[in-house]
Amino acid sequence: MSHAEVMVEAPVQARGSFGRLLRSELRLVLGRRRNVVLLAGLAAVPLLLGLVLFLTRDSALGEEGPGFVGKVTENGIFLVVASIFVCLPFLLPLTIGIASGDAVAGEASAGTLRYLLVVPVTRTRLLVVKALAALAFAGSAVLAIAVVGLVAGAAFFGLHDVVLLSGDTVPLGVGAVRIAGVVAYVALSMTGLVAVGLFFSTLTEVPVGAMAATVVTAIVSGVLDTLPALSAIHPGLLTHHWLDFAEFLRITPDWQVVAGGLAVQAAWVAVFSTLAWARFTTADVSS
Amino acid sequence: MSAGVLDPVRVDQGSGDGTGPLAVRTEGLTKRFRSGQVAVDGLALRVPRGAVYGFLGPNGSGKTTTIRMLLGLVRPTSGRAWLLDQPMPDAGAAVLPRVGALVEGPAFQPYLSGRANLDRLSAVDATADPRTAARRRDEALERVGLGAAADKRFRQYSLGMKQRLGLAAALLQPRELLVLDEPTNGLDPQGTREVRHLVRELADAGTTVLVSSHLLAEIEQVCSHVGIMSRGHLVLQGDRAVLAGRGQATVSVTTTTGHVGAAARVLRGLGLDEPVVDGLRLDAPVDGLAPEDVSAALVHADVPLVGFEVRRPSLEQVFVELTGEGFDVAR
Repeated sequence: MSHAEVMVEAPVQARGSFGRLLRSELRLVLGRRRNVVLLAGLAAVPLLLGLVLFLTRDSALGEEGPGFVGKVTENGIFLVVASIFVCLPFLLPLTIGIASGDAVAGEASAGTLRYLLVVPVTRTRLLVVKALAALAFAGSAVLAIAVVGLVAGAAFFGLHDVVLLSGDTVPLGVGAVRIAGVVAYVALSMTGLVAVGLFFSTLTEVPVGAMAATVVTAIVSGVLDTLPALSAIHPGLLTHHWLDFAEFLRITPDWQVVAGGLAVQAAWVAVFSTLAWARFTTADVSS
Repeated sequence: MSAGVLDPVRVDQGSGDGTGPLAVRTEGLTKRFRSGQVAVDGLALRVPRGAVYGFLGPNGSGKTTTIRMLLGLVRPTSGRAWLLDQPMPDAGAAVLPRVGALVEGPAFQPYLSGRANLDRLSAVDATADPRTAARRRDEALERVGLGAAADKRFRQYSLGMKQRLGLAAALLQPRELLVLDEPTNGLDPQGTREVRHLVRELADAGTTVLVSSHLLAEIEQVCSHVGIMSRGHLVLQGDRAVLAGRGQATVSVTTTTGHVGAAARVLRGLGLDEPVVDGLRLDAPVDGLAPEDVSAALVHADVPLVGFEVRRPSLEQVFVELTGEGFDVAR
């Protein structure tokens, strides 16, 4: 038996290692078949909604929600907003809950978490990358609805100058910027949910449990938001400000409302990402 | 070597003198789970550099929990651990790139190919040079014989192929230490032989190998050192010589008709216990006596020797003696 010693050079971090890790994770999350199917499912919503409105030529949803749904047949660009409105209560939280709940718990359940950690990668770095990938997926989900909504809306109803909620008309270019504002606000409104999902994901080795808990959180928040008796806590609820995207469709958006909604999301992100970090960096990995 | 039965809790110091450089060292390493169960209790592991250390014990004896603590996956309740002289888990980021590990079975993304799975691990490794990643990945795949199956999805791999991919992952980088937890699990005899061969090859190149198994026979042949776990304790540790000296050796003398009595008289005369006679064969424990003195005495007394054999207890017998368990017994 040779007792010669192998001395491996002291490891140095290669440049750009964080970027490599992030790209690899994004490829994994966005390339995974289940996630692609989820995105395709969301993208089907504007297609179906547009098709129904196109065939019936009158808006069954017209009397519900903030005015814009009834405007879809007049201007295809409103299909973007209408589709987001339809997806917000359940489909979007479901999709995002699945992806973010799976982030850490999925690796734990597959046993791959232990191999990632012994490569090694520090737990903080892995969690940050997992969070960024989950955020990227949430953004992709909102964007999928928006892009397909825009294309389908243009194809079914054409794009015209935009009549805002206040009744004022702005040129299509300005209207498009407003719609982009809606999309961005909704995407940012999902960050709190992603953080909640990430936290649940660090608690369990059962990804379905983390996914369900995340989706239930969004639903319970929505229910609590409808109870007048709890009006005191409404402003802090995860979902309370989600519909404030309507500000972007007023002639002068109330930026305080927009900032308030984003501040609540920031608070949820701060609390739950801290909890996720505290949990993940100290937990025993026994899966 | 004339050591009698050692006190089972006595732990030999590494390579004999206990002063050589160690690849793995633990002091009082203990893990008590929240359920109150003590999985590992006061472990003092000594794996000398360059050793092939067989980490043995029945399923549930604490081997995997120990390995998880060594690699920083599980935090010890008390005690400390060093890998390559670096404290774990604090120095994990610095030391783990020099350590390849297979922990409790292979685990990869099921819907990615073997090749894509290794690429992912390479991307995770901040110390890996991306320019050589493809070459190192292909070399590792070839080395474990997975070159042809590299593009199949992990899900479609047989258990043996999964195990090989796990080994390939451990070999993605040059390593000073390999920690292989049950590397032969699920392999057929041919695959088991290949793993043994690989371990020997790596050890000959100077890599320290800590290899755990609940099947002694599979790794006995390649180990230079052995540690035996039972119920969370390290009941025996040392190099093979220490093990060989454990338990009593027995001489078995075969003579010709009419000389059995004379042979027995000689053995008794040497102070041995009353021999057990079976036809022309006499068996007696040679406690504290060199076997060559026994044969010389027999020859001197003109006892014809047809056969003369010294039997020492096998590692397995030592194990059973120490733990009162077979190797395959779960707690």
